[in-house]
Amino acid sequence: MSLEEFKNRNVGQQTYKMVQSDPTPKTGKEQFEQVVRRAFKGELFVGLYVTLREMINALFRGEMHTIKYPFEKLPISPRYRAIHDMLRLLESGHYRCIGCGLCEKICISNCIKMDTRYDENQRKEVSEYTINFGRCIFCGYCAEVCPELAIVHGARYETASEQRASFSLFEDMLTPIDALKLQQEYDGFGAISPNADQNIKKTPLAY
Amino acid sequence: MEAAVLPEVTSAGVIIKAIIILAVIAAIAGFGTFIERKVLAFMQRRLGPMHVGPYGILQLVADGIKLFTKEDIVPQHSNKIIFKIAPVITAATAFIALASVPVFPDFTIPQWVPLLGGVFVPSIAADINIGILFVLGMMAAGLYGPLLAGMAQANKWGIIGSARTAIQFLSYEVVTGLSILAPIMLVGSLSLVDFNTYQTGGLTSWILWQQPVAFVLFLIAGFAETNRTPFDLLEHEAEIISGYATEYSGLRWGLFFIGEYANMVTVSILAAVVFMGGYNDLGFLPGWLMIILKIAFVFFFMLWVRASWPHIRPDQLMWLCWKVLMPIAVINVVITGLFMMV
Repeated sequence: MSLEEFKNRNVGQQTYKMVQSDPTPKTGKEQFEQVVRRAFKGELFVGLYVTLREMINALFRGEMHTIKYPFEKLPISPRYRAIHDMLRLLESGHYRCIGCGLCEKICISNCIKMDTRYDENQRKEVSEYTINFGRCIFCGYCAEVCPELAIVHGARYETASEQRASFSLFEDMLTPIDALKLQQEYDGFGAISPNADQNIKKTPLAY
Repeated sequence: MEAAVLPEVTSAGVIIKAIIILAVIAAIAGFGTFIERKVLAFMQRRLGPMHVGPYGILQLVADGIKLFTKEDIVPQHSNKIIFKIAPVITAATAFIALASVPVFPDFTIPQWVPLLGGVFVPSIAADINIGILFVLGMMAAGLYGPLLAGMAQANKWGIIGSARTAIQFLSYEVVTGLSILAPIMLVGSLSLVDFNTYQTGGLTSWILWQQPVAFVLFLIAGFAETNRTPFDLLEHEAEIISGYATEYSGLRWGLFFIGEYANMVTVSILAAVVFMGGYNDLGFLPGWLMIILKIAFVFFFMLWVRASWPHIRPDQLMWLCWKVLMPIAVINVVITGLFMMV
């Protein structure tokens, strides 16, 4: 291809389609014909049909879109990074955190603060663990680096609170011991959302 | 129907009728806002108002409380008297128009009711022999409400709104009159009761089948008359904020609203009585149910159209009314006249 050809090439010439529309009327007679044609084409009734169909779908076929938000919630994606959860071991009920301090190290906004000590059995235990949610940018590095899957991102995305302390202490983020059975395992960062099947739609290429 | 057996219409009966019309139509107008929100919501696959009362039915009460308790604002540089009168014109003319429209079947209050026992309540508050002319004239006079309101409020959006009121008023009023002229020629009377008796022969005697063009024209003009969506130029939010109602708040704005919905009811009644067989029995369905069904259908049709169709520009409205609808209406009248002479 020469330079001239290259400069004048029309990239979309082969693939673009011209939209077929009515020619613009030029004379008064053509305008009149267009008006008559459009008036008797019944396109207005197509519009009426569409809205009535949607109304019937919504009322009788359960295709109402409204989610009554505070009472109903859509499932959120497991990739969503909301307020952290601290998980427990399912067998013993003990918290999973081994106090390695990786999350504190990797935290790029320096919002995780932890302290550890030896307990009476000479095992490491977490004595202090706080996340300053005024600083946290919810990058998710702490959950990614955790070797024990102890700190994960939970589903608490309604983060308005009277004070930050409400959900920044270790005990607040820890799964309550009586709700251990309900503890959700973290699906991991590549996971798809639980309602992914319903959200799948055919692409135009499929038909 | 033997008109001779009907008892005499007393002034007490007319007053009771007026109170009934005021109470019921005002309630229907309020309830119409709820129905409109619900229907529009369903057509967009939403739920609409849901939280006040079961299925949001008491939303009407909540809206009423809100309107009544809102601060009543009169703008500083407005013409205060006209500003205050204008909403009353809209609401009052809408209800006056209903005076000569048959709204409910007539009945006699039972004798055991104290004071009012035995009073005959007519179906029409004022059975004047020019009924339909009076109704159309009153609804046309109602346009003074938006016109004066827009000009009195010292607001540019209001001015544009009232300018649009003027062109809309001038455009469609011709079509309304001409479209309804052909049925009037057929019936030979202006009284709505005569229209009703003309169509006693069941479904096939409806004027709708003899005058389909006039019916369509009347519906189109009725949409313009009530400022419904294809022709809601006066207060189209996306273009001129709220048009003539920009500076209004609280109860004054509520009066415009009630007037608009009462007008919708009036146009629905007119369409039902003039074209769709009125309150005659149809098969096993009693007349009062038929008229309610027809009114409800026309009302629903107005909401349906609002959900479906885009609205048009002022110049398109004038083009439509003067260049398309008026010639068709005139031709329709001429053809009707020829058929009647032959």
